[in-house]
Amino acid sequence: MTENDKASSRPTVAERSPSAAITVDHLVKLYKQTRAVDDISFSLPRGSITGLLGGNGAGKTTTIAMIMGLVLPTSGRVQVLSHRMPEESAAVLGRMNFESPYVDMPMRLTVRQNLTVFGKLYAVKHLAGRIAELAEDLDLADFIDRANGKLSAGQKTRVALAKALINRPELLLLDEPTASLDPDTADWVRAHLERYRKENNATILLASHNMLEVERLCDRVIIMKRGRIEDDDTPEAIMARYNRTTLEEVFLDVARGRVNGAKEAAR
Amino acid sequence: MINSSLHRGISVHRIGAMILRYWYLLMSSWPRLLELLYWPALQVITWGFLQLYIAENANFFARAGGTLIGAVILWDILFRGQLGFSISFLEEMWARNIGNLMMSPLKPIEFLLSLMVMSLIRLAIGIVPMTLLALFLFHFNVYALGLPLIAFFCNLIFTSWSVGIFVSGLVLRNGLGAESIVWTLMFAILPLACVYYPVSVLPAFLQYVAWALPPTYVFEGMRALLIEQTFRTDLMLGALALNAALLVASFAAFLALLRSAKRNGSLLSGGE
Repeated sequence: MTENDKASSRPTVAERSPSAAITVDHLVKLYKQTRAVDDISFSLPRGSITGLLGGNGAGKTTTIAMIMGLVLPTSGRVQVLSHRMPEESAAVLGRMNFESPYVDMPMRLTVRQNLTVFGKLYAVKHLAGRIAELAEDLDLADFIDRANGKLSAGQKTRVALAKALINRPELLLLDEPTASLDPDTADWVRAHLERYRKENNATILLASHNMLEVERLCDRVIIMKRGRIEDDDTPEAIMARYNRTTLEEVFLDVARGRVNGAKEAAR
Repeated sequence: MINSSLHRGISVHRIGAMILRYWYLLMSSWPRLLELLYWPALQVITWGFLQLYIAENANFFARAGGTLIGAVILWDILFRGQLGFSISFLEEMWARNIGNLMMSPLKPIEFLLSLMVMSLIRLAIGIVPMTLLALFLFHFNVYALGLPLIAFFCNLIFTSWSVGIFVSGLVLRNGLGAESIVWTLMFAILPLACVYYPVSVLPAFLQYVAWALPPTYVFEGMRALLIEQTFRTDLMLGALALNAALLVASFAAFLALLRSAKRNGSLLSGGE
């Protein structure tokens, strides 16, 4: 049996974890000569919160965009809620949602109008009730009839989160969910995400630069650098492996190329 | 909580949701509403007075009363129809909302259908007052064209949608740097579609190009109706056949450009 035969007979990540919320299998994305994502594989069990860490240009946003079907991979496979993306996206897009700094909600529409439009797009039943529920949960009542463009950054983030939760998604993809928020609002958003995950057994994948956020929220961390997975484990195991007490120190070790030294020191 | 028919077929509810989105936007912005009325009114007044002046000084135009102002109104249906489609699309690009829509269960065909409905709504807001102005100021009643007007309108609106679909795909693929195409592409059609003069005026080789454009058939048909009082069914059927091919081709191009945008990552950037 040749190496190629062995590779093709090896089970894929999706085959090894058939009930996973997300499986990414040898995913590659090339932009001309740049390898934005370079042969990564992982599988996220349902009900987990996973943090995707990495510096600017590490490939986090591209990875999330490929999982959502907004970017087509050069090679490799993505499976979401047991459906192949993007081929079977119609079967899963209504069961997932996302929030990203790369998109905005229409500025001239009020918060209620925005949530009404997205609620209808996601075919949410009892929409008025769901909007009232989100307004209470996310404290939107004071500005629900104000245009989105007239809100503060913190209020906009809460509205974007309300849009991301409008369909009670089984899978939530978040790209920098607390970027540009004050510590109080950021903490409040994290608490809400934790509660949502527990109450709905939802799977959350979040890309973040905020190490404290990842330590607090995530039961698993995937560290990316230059499009590749540098490490993948629980926050505690990763910190122990690098002999560090915070993920921020681990992040700096990875970003500054002190990976081997740190790992050896830990041994 | 989620409708089980979410991923089956075309959803009228999702199309309705998008129309509601554009309706909210239109109603929240008086400059947007004013702009719909302003240019058509300006057009009809300018060209209407020109027609009056020419009619007083030339026998042909006296005989062919209405061809100029009729052409202006029909041209505006074509041009404003495409703008109505494309501006609704551009609103999503300007608002950086395309990613939200592409990640939602909204299908490309539903998105395009909602843009078509919006182009009709925007057209009605702009064109109906324009036709009333033409009636009261210049005694030109476009509705007196009767049933042929429906054939003219349908053919022009089909062409405007095809152009709208194609340029929307270009903007999706190339970002807002390609926005100027939205405003200018239709003007490339203007001289060849023979809006204000018959096809026979063109050099022979350009006449072939002109007859490949569906609006040419409509404007020739309008002149035949106003000058010779003849409704040319053959011209309308020719335009319809070309429009059917154009719609299919533009939709295929849109899907190809969308796929290219996904390959290129431009749905995330969206800007220049």
